[in-house]
Amino acid sequence: METVLVYGLISSVTFVLMSVGFSLVYGVSRVPNFAHGSIYVLVGFVTWSCINDLHISYGLAIGISLVVASVVGMALYRLVLIRLRGMPTSEIIASFACGLIILEGLRLQGIGGFKGFIGPNYFLKPLFEGKIQVLGVFVDYQRLMVVATGAVLVAILWLFTHHTKIGLSLRAIAQDEQAALMLGINSNRAGMASMAIGSALAGLAAIIILPLGNITVEAGYHVLIYALAVCIIGGLGSWSGTVLASFLVGFAVKLSTFFFGALWESVVLVGTIILVLLLKPSGLLGRQKELEERV
Amino acid sequence: MAAQDRRKKRLDRSIKVRSEGLYSLSSWREMTYLLAPRLLLIGGLLVSPLLLDLYWQKVLCAAGIMAVLAMGFDFLAAYVGLVCLGGAMFIGFGGYAAGLLNAHLGLPPLLTIPLAAVIGACVSTVVLMPCLRLRGVYFAIVTFMLPLFATHIIIALELFGSTEGITGLDILPNPWWEQYVIVLTLLCVLFALRRLVTEDVGLIMMGIKDNDQAVLASGISIFKYRVLAVFVAALTGCFVGAYQAHLYGWLGLSLFAMDFSILPIAATVMGGMGTLSGAVIGALILTPLSEALRGFGQLRVVLYCSILLLFILYKPEGLMNYFERKYHQFERWEKV
Repeated sequence: METVLVYGLISSVTFVLMSVGFSLVYGVSRVPNFAHGSIYVLVGFVTWSCINDLHISYGLAIGISLVVASVVGMALYRLVLIRLRGMPTSEIIASFACGLIILEGLRLQGIGGFKGFIGPNYFLKPLFEGKIQVLGVFVDYQRLMVVATGAVLVAILWLFTHHTKIGLSLRAIAQDEQAALMLGINSNRAGMASMAIGSALAGLAAIIILPLGNITVEAGYHVLIYALAVCIIGGLGSWSGTVLASFLVGFAVKLSTFFFGALWESVVLVGTIILVLLLKPSGLLGRQKELEERV
Repeated sequence: MAAQDRRKKRLDRSIKVRSEGLYSLSSWREMTYLLAPRLLLIGGLLVSPLLLDLYWQKVLCAAGIMAVLAMGFDFLAAYVGLVCLGGAMFIGFGGYAAGLLNAHLGLPPLLTIPLAAVIGACVSTVVLMPCLRLRGVYFAIVTFMLPLFATHIIIALELFGSTEGITGLDILPNPWWEQYVIVLTLLCVLFALRRLVTEDVGLIMMGIKDNDQAVLASGISIFKYRVLAVFVAALTGCFVGAYQAHLYGWLGLSLFAMDFSILPIAATVMGGMGTLSGAVIGALILTPLSEALRGFGQLRVVLYCSILLLFILYKPEGLMNYFERKYHQFERWEKV
């Protein structure tokens, strides 16, 4: 039972890390960023390349890849999404297409000496080796770091959105775009900032979570699905909902693993989504624009 | 003439204005003008199985499957406002239903295909029902997740042959059946959907897309019409899914592959959203193109996505609307 408690907490925080970037972007600019998962994987591979091809130190590689992530996010907004604002269908399709181009592009082989990231050789080494006993359960330091980073991140994000000028302007755009425009907040700049921050958050999640396993292209799809599932359950665009839903899903998944076996994970996820959509269609805490979303 | 001295004058051909009424029946010339593009598509599709060699006949079947899926996507996205990112789900449900009916009950393909279409459509509709009360993004997200989850669930519970799939299903009687079933399905779906969207039902659906509050205020149940629309789209998708299972005599997890979700979307955007026939043209262009690139593996997906992105950014009207405009208008330069 302690195993469920400890690992449930860890996987909940993993879900928070994966989905908070998506939730932030959707909450601010109403852009469903379907390229979220591919930025996650991209950061993994950029970090790997920096370390193994360019022989840069781990810390610097992380810095470089986070910068790459936010530049990619900004470029996505500036070059693609900005032309499609206000057309949800096109926004979804275009960001999905961008995500697929990045993800499947990473698999390409043999063009211009590019080798394609296929095979089990791609992994990042954990920042800290070793294990420790918590509540009688062995946990390695990397997993503890996931929890610590998640907690710090949520705190920083809360401070950022409530006490800094950019954060407040992002919230203003999310709440009422017209009024925010009248107060001199540039909605395009806010959108770009949100995409940059959201992508950097996806990248951060990648750097913290990927050392627990291999880097694969498929992870991009999985991260995107988990992020989407958590955001739907918590209510799209609601940050506290995202955190709450992460814990719900994290513990539900670990409990089902404990009682039925690891393979039931996705059954539980689908079940939770459908149940939540049936009982409370706008998600657990999806109060924002509830009336307009729900018909 | 310098650029500032001239402008392009566009005039609608008068037949276009009159084609709504009986006038179009007044002369052979006008009837030909209206019928030529339609007959070109119908005739071309009916004749092509006779002209192609064995390999390209298979490609035609694949293109037909994609075209029907693309029309389903176009119908849902452009006429009902539901963006479905998981066309693979329809293929998967239809294919699995047909395969199971065939493998376990021993029904012949010509019976399993329609049965599987109905069963698959019912299942898809029930699965999608919870998110139909919400607008836009939710539907896109849930439809995107479902095919991926479906594969997870099939692996997890070891259902239906798990990762191996089921092989040795009955195939269709002979190659002509294979070709003509899909070609006729394509044409029927195309003209049926075109008819459907101009009927009262279609009008209500477009109303739901444009302003659901107003439709609600008119005392019409949005939910009911959305369910109906999803059922129609799922029916076409599951039909071709079942057809595909019998075409290759095999079913497996690759029925839920990403290709079936993304290629129809690319085809629709390329052909022009909301034209239905554009979706067919897009699929008939993209599928052979991707077939030609089969050697490059995943490059295909990158290719569709790039085409999709370029069209959505720089030519959002799509090929069909463009050609339609050229066909229906005179254009000439005129001195200012």
